[in-house]
Amino acid sequence: MQAQLRIRRYNPEKDQAGYWGEYTLNDVNPNDSVLDLLHRVKWEIDGTLALRRSCAHGVCGSDAFRINGANMLACKTLVNRLGDGDMIKVQVEPILGLKVLKDLIVDMEPFMDHYKSVMPYFINDDPPPENGRERLQSIEDRARFDDTTKCILCAACTSSCPSFWANDKYVGPAAIVNAHRFIFDSRDKAPEKRLAVVGDTFGVWRCRTNFNCTNACPREIEITKAIAEVKNVLYTGEI
Amino acid sequence: MPKIHTFDAVIVGAGGAGLMAALYASRSANVAVLSKLYPTRSHTGAAQGGIGAALANMEEDSWEWHSYDTVKGSDYLADQDAVDVLTKEAINTVVELEHMGLPFDRFPNGKISQRRFGGHTNKDTGKPVMRACHAADRTGHMILQTLYQQCIKNEVNFFDEFHVVDLIRVDDTVRGVVAIEIATGEFHIFHSKAVMFATGGWGRVWEVTSNAHSLTGDGPAIALRRGIPLQDMEFFQFHPTGIYKLGILITEGVRGEGGVLINSEGERFMAKEEYAPNIKDLASRDVVSRAIYLEVKAGRGINGQKYVHLDVTPETVNHYYELDGEDRRIDREYIEAKLPDIADFTRTYLGVDPVKEPMPVQPTAHYGMGGIPTDVNGRVLLDAQKTVLPGFYAAGEVACVSVHGANRLGTNSLTDLVVFGKLAGVDMAEYCQNAELLPLPDGAADEVMAEFERIRNNTGGVKAHEVRRKMQESMTENVSVFRTKETMDKAIADLKELREAYQKVSIEDKGKVFNSDLLEAWELGCLLDTAEVTAVSGLARPESRGAHARDDYTERDDENWLKHTLYHKEGDGYRLDYKEVTLGRYEPKPRVY
Repeated sequence: MQAQLRIRRYNPEKDQAGYWGEYTLNDVNPNDSVLDLLHRVKWEIDGTLALRRSCAHGVCGSDAFRINGANMLACKTLVNRLGDGDMIKVQVEPILGLKVLKDLIVDMEPFMDHYKSVMPYFINDDPPPENGRERLQSIEDRARFDDTTKCILCAACTSSCPSFWANDKYVGPAAIVNAHRFIFDSRDKAPEKRLAVVGDTFGVWRCRTNFNCTNACPREIEITKAIAEVKNVLYTGEI
Repeated sequence: MPKIHTFDAVIVGAGGAGLMAALYASRSANVAVLSKLYPTRSHTGAAQGGIGAALANMEEDSWEWHSYDTVKGSDYLADQDAVDVLTKEAINTVVELEHMGLPFDRFPNGKISQRRFGGHTNKDTGKPVMRACHAADRTGHMILQTLYQQCIKNEVNFFDEFHVVDLIRVDDTVRGVVAIEIATGEFHIFHSKAVMFATGGWGRVWEVTSNAHSLTGDGPAIALRRGIPLQDMEFFQFHPTGIYKLGILITEGVRGEGGVLINSEGERFMAKEEYAPNIKDLASRDVVSRAIYLEVKAGRGINGQKYVHLDVTPETVNHYYELDGEDRRIDREYIEAKLPDIADFTRTYLGVDPVKEPMPVQPTAHYGMGGIPTDVNGRVLLDAQKTVLPGFYAAGEVACVSVHGANRLGTNSLTDLVVFGKLAGVDMAEYCQNAELLPLPDGAADEVMAEFERIRNNTGGVKAHEVRRKMQESMTENVSVFRTKETMDKAIADLKELREAYQKVSIEDKGKVFNSDLLEAWELGCLLDTAEVTAVSGLARPESRGAHARDDYTERDDENWLKHTLYHKEGDGYRLDYKEVTLGRYEPKPRVY
């Protein structure tokens, strides 16, 4: 099949503003990923195209783009998911709400700063068990935060969130997911510190439960549900 | 002029080994961690099935058994003193990861959950043992996230998207590294007392690989260019179960949970006498990859194609459990809970639901057993006499300690990362306490900057991706699961031509900002170097051992070849020499699974 690509281009060393680059690829296989197509454009047509990518199978989180209007990982989006027939149209642009640095590459620093603001690390200063072994945790306690351990920090969720677009001081869904991961971990001793951050003006109450984040997550984390669980803790005071 | 930064120590690479080293070294030294990616993009995150440690949480186990399995898996090429360090330290280090918050799966008794994995056995009975500590099939992801989180907590200095392109070495000292800041294209010098390479693997040398695009052998290539030998590079692991054509890894944990390999005749072929009648599908990876290759060659690939089926549907698994006289039974929910990512991969990329139908798999280029020679404290060794290059360290896949010998046991890569990342980090910090910051030589970055200018201004018209593709095709054809003199000669001849073509590679992006056109072209040079070392080292070893399986020398030759290869670059040529293997409790004997 043939693919007609529209790729949002911007080179800060040359361009005053962004524009759409248009490229046609032949002999596209329906099982090719969008990353495969972007590589073909870069390698066969225009070497100046800039994008981030690494693992190419949906676990490193480098290549979240807005593809045909929705946030996805390019490596995890097969052409056959975007349509069928002899010709397919694929539009790729940077994720929204973060400054574009070049072509499909955005400034991830504000996103990472929000992530770091929730203290996304295990806190427990109690001495570990005297037998020198692991802390124990029941299967049920472990299951409570399983979903939110899956986050790969790709930013597909946060950059799909209208509340984040409206005000980039909002910590955003990814940061809340990572706060949830520790708040609901029975071994962690500092949930109140994280709750103070996500309970703030720029925390969970900015979430308008429109489920964009949940739809965007390539790891299928139930993000809106996780946010609701954090809201519930703030509301009831009970984890 | 490059911008100069000064630190006690610089760690290159932010996967499991680099981050573990950073946590330890940062306790007393001023450390910078440089990565060409954001740390959480590192390929440690793609590791799936588990981390090996003899915790004995469900059944009897011991570090000595873990050592035995590792040595046997290595086809006796591993250094047994180092293996003992790995397996003993594994226990404490996995517990330490748990104390850092790593969310392992749990057994009903609340302890870390463990499962079976290829080549891990009870030494008394020879039966598989539950040794792989895991968090579903995303154990590497959890390790990477946990270590990065702890680095944030401990305020480690990161330089994200700084691509290291040279090591500054003056005689027998190191003085730092040269890096390109990818966002600006500017060169930076990191001046330091000590340097650690934790840059990962080089699987992109081959066409079908489980490795990320970023795994281009930068670390080994830079080391080689700076006069450091590479050890045992002929031993590269082909993981038996990559997704057909794509190479995406399907964890050995699938077989650990009862999955079986099936050929076109519906046979569970690993049970055949010539393969692994005792532990069948849980034999070592080299053994299973060769079996798949031979089944396909004999015309027993599925639909006459180059793949076999990996079947983890409950019907099939329970059928074989029953045949094997095991009480255990599984259901779909269990598979979904234990292998969620695998299910997601095969559904996404193949439209195959693994709880209902088998997965098409073929061997995929996975892991370099060889690399930069080090001792158990990560100190880089320059020769067969084990002379240390003071201040230079390596850890993780890029290093060759050697604990994996000729074939790595599943789960031992993650064990290696955290154990030797830690030991190297501790040693490097101690080194920094006593070492002086030696002055930078004049023009420390000149040579590599000139190479980048050469690539940037080259008008040869050859495209990097074409050279890369040809290299990958040749290496896949000629230096893969099986090799012969003829095929390796062919690869070496191809690589010579490709190296000439490389001199004519030109790029389109002449800018500075995020110039991946330029960086990919430079990475190609690293790939060509590592490919050549692999082929040359392989050609020089006339025996079959572990992952180095030759059709023209089918037997292991302990009398002449129980030794490590060292490849030294010398001018435009090379020199090979050999280093003794450290034996111990386990005398080399025929390897039967």
